[in-house]
Amino acid sequence: MSVALPRTGVPLEAPPPARQAGLGATLRREWRLASWPVRLSTLCLVAFYILALGSPIIAPYNPTRQYRSLPDCPPMALHLAAPSEWSRGFFYAHPMRMTDAIRRTYAEERGARTWVHLFTRGHIFTTAHGAPPYFLLGSDALGRDLFSRIVYGSRVSMFIGILGVGITFSLGITIGALSGYVGGLLDNLIMRWSEIEMSLPSFYFLLALAAVIPSGMSTVKTFFMIVAIMSFIGWAGFARVIRGMTASVRSVPYVEAARALGASRWRILSRHVIPSVMGYAIVAATLSIPGFILGESALSLLGLGIQEPAASWGNLLAQAEDVHALAHYPWILLPGVFIFLAVMSFNFLGDHLRDRLDPSHLR
Amino acid sequence: MGKFIVKRVINMVPLLVGITFISFLVMSMVPGDFLSNLKMNPSVSPQMIAQMQAQFGLDQPLLVRYGKWLWAVVHLNLGISLTYRVSVLSLIGSRALNTVILSAASMLFAWSLAIPIGIIVAVKQNSIWDRVLSFLAFFGMSVPNFFLAFLMMYLALRTGWFPVGGTYSVFYPQLDLWGKIADRINHLILPVMVLGTAGMASLMRLMRSQILEIKGSDFVRTARAKGLSERAVIYKHVLRNALNPFVTMAGYGLADLLGGAALVEAVMNLQGLGLLLLDAVRSLDVYLVMGSVLMGSVLLLVGNLLADIALVAVDPRVDFSSMESQ
Repeated sequence: MSVALPRTGVPLEAPPPARQAGLGATLRREWRLASWPVRLSTLCLVAFYILALGSPIIAPYNPTRQYRSLPDCPPMALHLAAPSEWSRGFFYAHPMRMTDAIRRTYAEERGARTWVHLFTRGHIFTTAHGAPPYFLLGSDALGRDLFSRIVYGSRVSMFIGILGVGITFSLGITIGALSGYVGGLLDNLIMRWSEIEMSLPSFYFLLALAAVIPSGMSTVKTFFMIVAIMSFIGWAGFARVIRGMTASVRSVPYVEAARALGASRWRILSRHVIPSVMGYAIVAATLSIPGFILGESALSLLGLGIQEPAASWGNLLAQAEDVHALAHYPWILLPGVFIFLAVMSFNFLGDHLRDRLDPSHLR
Repeated sequence: MGKFIVKRVINMVPLLVGITFISFLVMSMVPGDFLSNLKMNPSVSPQMIAQMQAQFGLDQPLLVRYGKWLWAVVHLNLGISLTYRVSVLSLIGSRALNTVILSAASMLFAWSLAIPIGIIVAVKQNSIWDRVLSFLAFFGMSVPNFFLAFLMMYLALRTGWFPVGGTYSVFYPQLDLWGKIADRINHLILPVMVLGTAGMASLMRLMRSQILEIKGSDFVRTARAKGLSERAVIYKHVLRNALNPFVTMAGYGLADLLGGAALVEAVMNLQGLGLLLLDAVRSLDVYLVMGSVLMGSVLLLVGNLLADIALVAVDPRVDFSSMESQ
């Protein structure tokens, strides 16, 4: 429902930049401007999204395949083959043999080799059918390959942030802008409601809400339930800030000018008010992604989120709750490293975006 | 001040009613209830189930149950835990105290380190210390506290320097008073470090940016022009003004602290409110969940109120009348 505005010589919106640089050029410029932690973070996130999108190819094994003879197997070293053997393969590992079935200790079988083939059978690397498996990051208590499970688990963590922020973001921006622009009773109602939400001890509430998820639900449905629950908790704070900014934008001259020219409320909101708060919104969105990743991990860790046998970084970490396992099989902590890297990368990126898009906080 | 506090406390009432009603609604949407497990049990007779259903009012409509619960709460009766069969209030009391101790100690830990480090880093802006510590702060902000908890427990397991989780030792009841206190503190060290790290990192960053901002303002230039020593400028003028947002932050940080405490409690097996709530959620113990959520909300609201009062005490520009109009 756009309203045709009378053509007056005065541009109502900010004029487009004189020279529209191509995407490639923009990216190159931004790359030059970024500090090295930001570059590393970007690379890290790109790598994680590749993991998430290409899980079936990148993971060497089926994440639910159990190698019953190899539970809690430590990560295996990869060896480069001598050039004379390159016709058989470039890399090999020594298979592991259990030496103590009670304490689950392993020894390398120095004499034997299991060849790690590259780009075969639709995997980037894997071992031959029937050959002993190669556990890059060790295996879990059921003898499943931890690396494959982490790769599949990345799908949950990497997409929950984006989806959650998408929902929170659109809810918050719409409600906040509406509340700030319309004002009056609607504003009052929305703000009282958001106050209730913000006075909730959010994690307690998250726990209580997670109980609603039926235990027999499919992984995909559970995933969407978690996103919905966290967005439901998260929009209020965001909407309040947007509302404040909208209320202050309402009286600036260019909005008054648009109103004087007869622009509709919707047009003013969508063309003038929302774009002016967009910079803040993008920064806030990036910085709130870690919250979603952490929320899902925490829920899954506590057994209220994604359920076994599906993998998520949070429920993989749940194995470490067993003190014995933590003491003797420390590689089960590795999913936590992935969570940490993802969270830190988003933090670095968000901070950098704030400097670039919303320079008002810098002096 | 008295009037302000009374007003705020009265304002809390509708908030708490709203919060508890939402929680009640949520708990009623949970598939199955506490009795579903018992119904599966062949040794429990249907008469017994029916009796319990009537006793706990599980067969009545939602609003009636909520009304009854609310009426009981007004009389300081939080109901009976369905699993433990004791009053919720007695369960929650000691657990909430543990959570408050943990949160307060973490906050103390975070503040007592963040403020001096923030000052040093800001005064020596762009030095190697600034860079290293600012980077470490980012690290500390990003490490998930449940992961840090696991790392600390691994450290404790490997070195044996600290107890591995738990609130107190097995032999706690046999200890004398000082022994008990020492035992509790010994068990608190790791959780406090876990919970305090994130807060410390973000507070340090805040302190740094605050001091840098204030260092450039006019009254600091005036102070320097008067010939005050750099020490006096920093401690008497800059620092005093830089502390204001901290007090505000203290209020905002409480929700995170409570949530973080819940997670750390669950991972490190500390007998706090969060772990109690988690167990209650798992066993669908409605009244215990409601009680814990209510208690958590009260802690949060009271904490925010205390932070606001502290803000008035610290910042002469803010007074109670301006707070009310917010």
